[in-house]
Amino acid sequence: MTAVDDVSFRVERGEILGFLGPNGAGKTTTMRILTGYMPPSEGRATVAGFDVFNEPIEAKRRTGYLPETPPLYPEMTVREYLDFVARIKGVPPPERRDRVTGAMKRTHVDDMADRHCAKLSKGYRQRVGIAQALIHNPEVLILDEPTAGLDPKQIIETRDLIRGLAGDHTIVLSTHILPEVVRTCQRVVIINKGRVVAVDTPENLTARLKGAETMYVQVDAGGEEAGPVLASVPGVSRVTASDGRSGRGGFEVESDRGVDVRRELARAVVNRGWGLLELRPMRMSLEEIFLQVTTDEAPEAAAEPGKPEVSVG
Amino acid sequence: MRPLRRRRNQGSRRCPLDSVRNILAIAGKELRSYFASPIAYVIVGLFALLFGWFFWVFLRFFVDQSQRMMMMGGGGNMNVNDQMISNLLQNAAIIILFVVPMITMRTYSEEKRSGTIELLLTSPVTDLEIILGKFLGAMALFVAMLLVTMIDIAILFRLGNPELRPILAGYLGLLLLGGCFISMGLLMSSLTKNQIVAAVMTFAVFLMLWVIDWPTDSGGSTTRTVIGYLSIVKHLDDFTKGILDTKHIIYYLSFITFGLFLTAKSVDTERWRG
Repeated sequence: MTAVDDVSFRVERGEILGFLGPNGAGKTTTMRILTGYMPPSEGRATVAGFDVFNEPIEAKRRTGYLPETPPLYPEMTVREYLDFVARIKGVPPPERRDRVTGAMKRTHVDDMADRHCAKLSKGYRQRVGIAQALIHNPEVLILDEPTAGLDPKQIIETRDLIRGLAGDHTIVLSTHILPEVVRTCQRVVIINKGRVVAVDTPENLTARLKGAETMYVQVDAGGEEAGPVLASVPGVSRVTASDGRSGRGGFEVESDRGVDVRRELARAVVNRGWGLLELRPMRMSLEEIFLQVTTDEAPEAAAEPGKPEVSVG
Repeated sequence: MRPLRRRRNQGSRRCPLDSVRNILAIAGKELRSYFASPIAYVIVGLFALLFGWFFWVFLRFFVDQSQRMMMMGGGGNMNVNDQMISNLLQNAAIIILFVVPMITMRTYSEEKRSGTIELLLTSPVTDLEIILGKFLGAMALFVAMLLVTMIDIAILFRLGNPELRPILAGYLGLLLLGGCFISMGLLMSSLTKNQIVAAVMTFAVFLMLWVIDWPTDSGGSTTRTVIGYLSIVKHLDDFTKGILDTKHIIYYLSFITFGLFLTAKSVDTERWRG
């Protein structure tokens, strides 16, 4: 079974990269390879310049990782737990206390410092998980579904927290929720069935998918005839009745990339003597893009062939 | 299947002090988790109780025997060390056989089940440091268990004057035996997510190693020697009699090393299997 195949991407220092894909797309596997939990059978993964396979200790020293389920020890208090993590992450003993308090402050868990991890709510667990990931002040933070299972208020808090961490840290986070990517990430890697489908900024992705322009046109007459008339305009590739039937007069007109057909559409309608009630470009929501990108059979933006290579920070 | 690459030396760039620190951090965590749950108290308490019972039984038996000897006019020839402590420690080994699987069953299984293994394996510590940490943590609990039984031995010293050195040798034997069991228990725990499965498998392996020399009456003398050498309790006999033989010490130490080595292999292959 190959969970991820040929996944290649780069993350720049201080950037927040979103790793977007449906469940089972290979996000967790990719993250596990990046953190050195699993070895790749082919290719290379580097974190802050260190190969995670050949120099695991150096790479791990610079990585903070929040797995899908926060790895807490139920019998420890938050403070004890963070102290233990600080020890195994190699924080020098004199700094340990400050780091523990600092991490608790940054993630707002200090009010639960002496509570046992077993008794924390889901939101607190997640935040202790993030505190754990940044206790050794790593260059790279890898967060697997950091907002999964949280309530809306906690989601907003967690996102703010993550945004606040960018700059000091390079962040890779995975999610299957689109708005999360738009709100928190500067760049998105869309992954599906273990392959990278697209890598871009959220804005560019929107623009690129808008490449095949779609206009919404509404005419007040014409009935059955209007469709074919619109389709005959040069540059138009496809016309569909937007309400399922053409009687209402609303159409979605798709045109080739980079060709502005609005003028011609208007002329065609007016020349027939019909009224042009509405003519506007349709903006696709990322949600639709996502559906489109991940259901497309031929991934257009898949990286050039060769060994997969992942490098962070 | 793609060819798998081997890992370069993991610890090439670190000083041994870091290693020791990591091992102690993990050992401390293990020990804390034993005492945070009832496990440690139940184990130490039960062991002390059973040991105390055996102690009393053997003591009474010994006293009866020596009184009888006195009445028959022999006297003086009875030796506490040979006739009581030796038996007591051998029986303690049987209790240890039952108790150690309970100590080791959660070491890896629980971390795998709860996902905390991901924290350990993505931290800048080597597999070997994790294994040694867990081994030391379990050993510490085991030592605590043995220390409690020292109360009984202290009573013995109040009542009579047994020799100290054979007793210490016996305890060293138990310590090494416990080390073997713990290393094997770690291996079993690293193989499964299920604590009960880990405990049962550990117990089965111990029992097998225990009884392996039973059929030595049959077979040639070479087979007998080999099988007898494998038996894990055979090596304890000399210790309980107060004899320190390097042969036995080497047997136990190599057993421990082998167990820990297999655990390291098991943890590493688990990585590849995912």
